[in-house]
Amino acid sequence: MMDFLDGFWIQLVLKLVGIMLVVLTGALVVIYAELKIGSHMQTRIGPYYAGGRWGWAQPLADGLKFLQKEDLAPDGADRTVYGFAPYVVMMSTIAVFVVVPFGPDLVGADLDLGAFFLLAISSLSVLGVLMAGWSSANKYSLMGGLRAAGQLIAYELPLVLAVVAVVIQAGTMSLNGIVDAQSQTLFTVAGFDVSLPYILQGQIIGFVIFMVAAVAELSRIPFDMPIAESELTMGYLTEYSGIRFTMFFLGEYASMIALSAIAATLYLGGYAAPGLPSNLANFAGPGVLLLKISILVFFIIWIRWTWPRLREDQLQTLAWTWLIPLALVNIAIISVFKVVF
Amino acid sequence: MASDVRFPFPGLFKGMWVTLKALFTKAPVTMYPQEQEIPVPRARGVISLDVDNCTVCMLCARECPDWCIYIEGHKEEQPPSKPGGKPRARATLDRFDIDYSLCMYCGICVEVCPFDALHWSPEYEYSEENVSLMLHDKERLTDWLATVPEPPALET
Repeated sequence: MMDFLDGFWIQLVLKLVGIMLVVLTGALVVIYAELKIGSHMQTRIGPYYAGGRWGWAQPLADGLKFLQKEDLAPDGADRTVYGFAPYVVMMSTIAVFVVVPFGPDLVGADLDLGAFFLLAISSLSVLGVLMAGWSSANKYSLMGGLRAAGQLIAYELPLVLAVVAVVIQAGTMSLNGIVDAQSQTLFTVAGFDVSLPYILQGQIIGFVIFMVAAVAELSRIPFDMPIAESELTMGYLTEYSGIRFTMFFLGEYASMIALSAIAATLYLGGYAAPGLPSNLANFAGPGVLLLKISILVFFIIWIRWTWPRLREDQLQTLAWTWLIPLALVNIAIISVFKVVF
Repeated sequence: MASDVRFPFPGLFKGMWVTLKALFTKAPVTMYPQEQEIPVPRARGVISLDVDNCTVCMLCARECPDWCIYIEGHKEEQPPSKPGGKPRARATLDRFDIDYSLCMYCGICVEVCPFDALHWSPEYEYSEENVSLMLHDKERLTDWLATVPEPPALET
């Protein structure tokens, strides 16, 4: 049985199927959670009839509806780029999961440059957004795409700088290495070996910066200037319909999961949980990581249904005059502590 | 730094507390088809007609902003009140229709009626699958009269 699993191609197929399953079902679950949590936060009930109980089938029904719709493109659109943009967004999101460890061995590929790969590949999605905005031959789409590009440049810096602090503290860029570093015993209290995730080891500022920048990368409220409905109709999504719109939509929710998974791995200890024996980590690890992801996803949804949207200049000011200096100070402090202790 | 960027910290977290409370409070929703919604006593649901009070004065039809009231009538000869007097004419209602597919429930007709022939009823379940069935005739409008609540007591 285990010999059978050792084959390269078998492993590759299993990993592919596993990642696709996690990402796509996860995205549907998050869409449903967003519908339900959002409506209850507005003292509504939300989806109720689809599927019989609590409207659990609503995301599936929405998906089927989108599949039936015509795949339209404007006359002036650059068809190739226009058609290809959703795939770029979707692929960059799914590729993030290649390096996210769900357990010591449950990882697509344990790259030595895992953290670097993550940041590089997750910022690729804005290329798709820019492609969509440019090729749509629509002024709203173009403005949305350009805003997304400006937002990426502003918020990629604090994101990278926050991750640099973690990498300095862990001394490795491999995500498995970062999780291992967080599960090392720090001190012993009354016979118990205590290990702390990085958020409790002085990375709280880094975590906040990372989450703010992550929400901005997702271009969700309060940072949803690229699609700001009241100004730009739907931004770069304006001309999309049918299956291509579905891919953007799924991509947005999948990248919510992806960025939450990165944050959970870097700051909250990943698949490791205090008291979890290491021989169980391969079985319980995915559950632990999914729990941490869902807490972060709930937080992102909660913010979306509470806070208003930032203006474009406020958004840029927040990044350039607050987050980036703060992230640099954070790196300095972490480095000093790393050298001293 | 631009001076117009302020950090409304207490406000943002107050808002998050409000939405969190709302999340765990039962939504005040009436699941209408399964659960009957009870309108307030003097809700403006449907307009009913008291044929006996109507004098075919056409005030309601003329004031209606949507022109959704259709009235037809004729004069009937009545015997003179005193012997040897002149025979009187009495207006009789032939047709009184309200097209609820046009009505915007402003209630002007009820307000202008000088003889209290039109009344608001709180009934609201008269949707139809065919728009022509939304035209309620004299008999249908009279049927609603049974559902009209008693008028409030006069101030003394």
